[in-house]
Amino acid sequence: MLQMRSSMSRFLAQTIVLLFWCAVAVWASEPKGSSPDGTNIFAPASTPAKSIFGLSLFVLAVTGVIFLVVFALLLYCVVKFRKRRNDDGREPPQVYGSNQVELAWTVIPVLIVVALFMATARVIATVQKAARPDNGIEVIAIGHQFWWEYRYPALGVVTANELHVPVSDDSRPTPTFIKLLSADTDHSFWIPRLAGKTDLIPNHPNSMWIDPHETGVYLGQCAQYCGTQHAKMLLRVYVQSQDEFDRWIQEQRQPATVGNAVSQGQRIFETTACINCHTVAGTVANGRFGPDLTHLMSRDTIAAGAAKNTPENLRQWILNPAAIKPGSLMPAMQLSDPELDALTTYLETLR
Amino acid sequence: MNTADLTLPKTELEWRLPSRGRVGMSALIAAEAAIFTIFVVAYLFYVGKSLSGPTPRDVLSPPFFYTFCLLSSSLTIHFASRSLRRWSFRSFGAWWLVTITLGAIFLYGTASEWHRLIYRDGLTISTNLFGTTYYSLVGLHGFHVVVGLACLGTVMVFTLFGAVKQEHAERIDVLSLYWHFVDAVWIVVFTVVYVIGR
Amino acid sequence: MSTESIAWPSTTGESRSFVDHLHEWITTVDHKRLGILYIVYALVFLVIGGVEATVMRIQLIRPHNDFVSPQVFNRMFTMHGTTMIFFVAMPILFGFANYLIPLMIGARDMAFPRLNAFGFWMTAFGGLLLYFSLVGANGLYGAGNAPDVGWFAYAPLTSQTFSVGHSTDFWTLALLVSGFGSIGTAINIVATVLCLRCPGMTLAKMPLFAWLNLVMAGLVILAVSPLTAAQVMLLLDRYLGAHFFDTQAGGSAVIWMHFFWIFGHPEVYVLVLPAFAFASEIIPVFSRKAIFGYPVMVGATVAIGFISMSVWAHHMFTVGMGANVNTFFVISTMAIAVPTGIKIFNWLATMWGGKIEFKTPMLFCIAFLFQFLIAGLTGVMMSAAPFDWQLGNSYFVVAHFHYVIVGGILFTLFAAFYYWFPKMSGKMYSETLGKLHFWLFLIGFHLTFDFMHIPGLLGMPRRIYTYEPGRGWDTWNSIVTIGVFFQAAGILVFLGNLLWSYYRGKDAGSDPWDAWTLEWSTNSPPPAYNFHLIPTVKSRRPLWDLKHPDDPDWKYE
Repeated sequence: MLQMRSSMSRFLAQTIVLLFWCAVAVWASEPKGSSPDGTNIFAPASTPAKSIFGLSLFVLAVTGVIFLVVFALLLYCVVKFRKRRNDDGREPPQVYGSNQVELAWTVIPVLIVVALFMATARVIATVQKAARPDNGIEVIAIGHQFWWEYRYPALGVVTANELHVPVSDDSRPTPTFIKLLSADTDHSFWIPRLAGKTDLIPNHPNSMWIDPHETGVYLGQCAQYCGTQHAKMLLRVYVQSQDEFDRWIQEQRQPATVGNAVSQGQRIFETTACINCHTVAGTVANGRFGPDLTHLMSRDTIAAGAAKNTPENLRQWILNPAAIKPGSLMPAMQLSDPELDALTTYLETLR
Repeated sequence: MNTADLTLPKTELEWRLPSRGRVGMSALIAAEAAIFTIFVVAYLFYVGKSLSGPTPRDVLSPPFFYTFCLLSSSLTIHFASRSLRRWSFRSFGAWWLVTITLGAIFLYGTASEWHRLIYRDGLTISTNLFGTTYYSLVGLHGFHVVVGLACLGTVMVFTLFGAVKQEHAERIDVLSLYWHFVDAVWIVVFTVVYVIGR
Repeated sequence: MSTESIAWPSTTGESRSFVDHLHEWITTVDHKRLGILYIVYALVFLVIGGVEATVMRIQLIRPHNDFVSPQVFNRMFTMHGTTMIFFVAMPILFGFANYLIPLMIGARDMAFPRLNAFGFWMTAFGGLLLYFSLVGANGLYGAGNAPDVGWFAYAPLTSQTFSVGHSTDFWTLALLVSGFGSIGTAINIVATVLCLRCPGMTLAKMPLFAWLNLVMAGLVILAVSPLTAAQVMLLLDRYLGAHFFDTQAGGSAVIWMHFFWIFGHPEVYVLVLPAFAFASEIIPVFSRKAIFGYPVMVGATVAIGFISMSVWAHHMFTVGMGANVNTFFVISTMAIAVPTGIKIFNWLATMWGGKIEFKTPMLFCIAFLFQFLIAGLTGVMMSAAPFDWQLGNSYFVVAHFHYVIVGGILFTLFAAFYYWFPKMSGKMYSETLGKLHFWLFLIGFHLTFDFMHIPGLLGMPRRIYTYEPGRGWDTWNSIVTIGVFFQAAGILVFLGNLLWSYYRGKDAGSDPWDAWTLEWSTNSPPPAYNFHLIPTVKSRRPLWDLKHPDDPDWKYE
């Protein structure tokens, strides 16, 4: 009784697990990111991600069929060949093997592997050997502990943490090619809806490309453990229409707007250690260790996405970075309250 | 159920299995070979990639004499082992001593080369990639020579006390396997460092 | 002669003090005692590793949680991974191998008993050294903390620049020390299997358990050595100014990855082959049939051993090795799925036409088959490199490898515990508690690791101490955490069962399962010398031949 109940309940348990898994797979495959805030790999919005998505459907189908077949066999075995209550105690016929069967279940998997391999090799070539059209945008992304530096060499722009790229139309593609470098440890650039991840490794330049088909904000984050604040090295990619992108570029190329009188905040910025790490174009500040702050206020977030870009957060960040991102390499600046207020006011002018 | 039911008269079955000393030592040699392979791979990978500092061509000259000494010691250890199997204990002791001496000469050669590299040419393990890979690979080999000499020396001491007998021939053979391995590794290291890498 | 055995005190009448007992155990070279030392040691670290996992899962139960700081979390995942692989999985599998191989091949002990002891104590000290870092290492954050560089310790994060203090060195040294022990044990297993088989037991007649551990030992010899080499290089970089992984001097961070994964991938086969060994012994007995396709199983094992040395860079698909190199590692990784799949089919064919008894060991084996199938298939998904560009370094990978290690290896380990506990202790375990353990753990395992795949598919990377809300990850993370408590309950029931049965269980006799390999022909627990007389065998199932003299195996093999 115990045995039969045991096998039936196991049958039930395994079937429930299987159904759960199926339901979940269905749920997960719904494009969660039809809203631009998704990071769902099954909601591609750019050719590399789409190629991967196509391959993934094929692979999932093949592995799904294999799973169903083998699971069915397992279930059948467990039910049909269980020891019955009225068993006569004799051993069943001993079968030691069968060459034909072994051949069959060697050849069939080999054929499946060949099919999978060919599909895979094709997508590798599509993504990694893509030709570079002339009208692409070139960006150099440099990974730091724990923020992203972006340089547009042809356009003369340096910024941080929020990447802007133009939307790309299949009829006249304007892809963005990103060269990936690192200033310190290993990082990885992962925006699931736009492309697979590619690592940023010091002394080992990599490159990737995206051609997003819809405007919007695409999210991601660093995907290679790089130290204490790996978790808050977030990514935001702003895909804009060509006009908006051109306008953004124009704004970013300007040096900082400086008022007639050097404000108290600016004086604090330039006489404390800030300029050792940060650049504000058009002033004496040209540090390279930390993000470029020339157009700080044009960004939605600070600290690589760890906090929204509001005056309160900015002030808190300068006062005590560890409250927002403990382990980040920005030191607490030991400023008094009035100094902090002045400094924040100055930073608020960096549009 | 006891195993008495499972035994058969010994005379019915001829049952020979390899000696565990040889198998064990061969397995150890395989492990050591894997370690050396990684250092060799690192050496070859970094050939020509140093950013500054002395290059192999500038400072290395193949140590033919010391190599000859080390490789000959494989021959002499073989003679020693053969002597032991033939009960020629004096002969065994003599060849064994020659083996140790040749190994020691090789070590001296490595040491004097390193002395020259460090003090005359300014190449240390931290100078550049060449220094890093050279000292680690040659050093790893030298370390294995030292360990080998320690084992050989221990056997020498036992020999001088008259404790090594013909029945120990198998163990001596197992130890010689290690020594032959050390020599074979040197052939590889020599080729990689003084031939390919230059 | 004293029939001194493991479980019972000496029957010669002298009372021995606790110190005497301790001395015996510390100085033992008996493979059975060393096996038990390995197993008990691993169980202690299993609990510690489980606590580390629980801490992480509590931190991740909801976004922006502050149960632990990022520094502590990063130490947790480093220690959890390092502990579980090197101080739980490897010791426990070596423990079973040590205990069972001589018994199964009709030998009195391993080939090199003192080397055996050396191997155990090196592993033991390695683990203690790793945990000593909690008090002894001066890390970036003050006195005493554990390494936080991840269990694969990528360069240049491990250089002196980015890992100040000694926590990384504790990681390196602990693994170096235990690595020497592992290599020693592997040499011992190879020599034992090749040189100490009883008369009549040719390689073609020895239990699959011995074959699988032989290939496993070969992999340890070839794979742990590269890790040893890489660790030495790391120490040279950190302390003698070498530049192996120093990118500022032209060194390569990628070469550390190559060296590590040349170890790391065969390592997972080192872990899984003994799991296959357990399944290959247990499934036939509880199906009442011989293993189907013994020669093919051996061939598949050897094939897996060889191919596993050629797939390592599938851990590096995102590193930028170029399309051609990526393509090579796709084909080699997909290729290894073939012999692995063949094994699953052979286990199914063993059950086919049998009379399956659902005792606890078999329950765990059946769950293993189901789970290992899924784990293998998620592995095939990731072998398609572009798919891995999305799935790699995400929670999908974490789910996959836990599916293999927990759902595959740990489940067969539980099966092995229940199957051989009567032999090792002479007592029968409680079948009720065994089944309770099974169901609790099964539910917990699936709650945690089934649902863990989903955040990976939704873009959640691994090794993050917290995550942003609104990405669809929150619910799944909560479910994953809840499963942990079911698993913990299962483990407690398991440990309780072991202890209770050891003291109060019924006598098991020498052959409670009506099984067919040599260990069941001697007493439970076996005497120190294993067998009264060294057996001679004629087939793969010597006890089947004895029990069925009219229908022995050797007529058909």
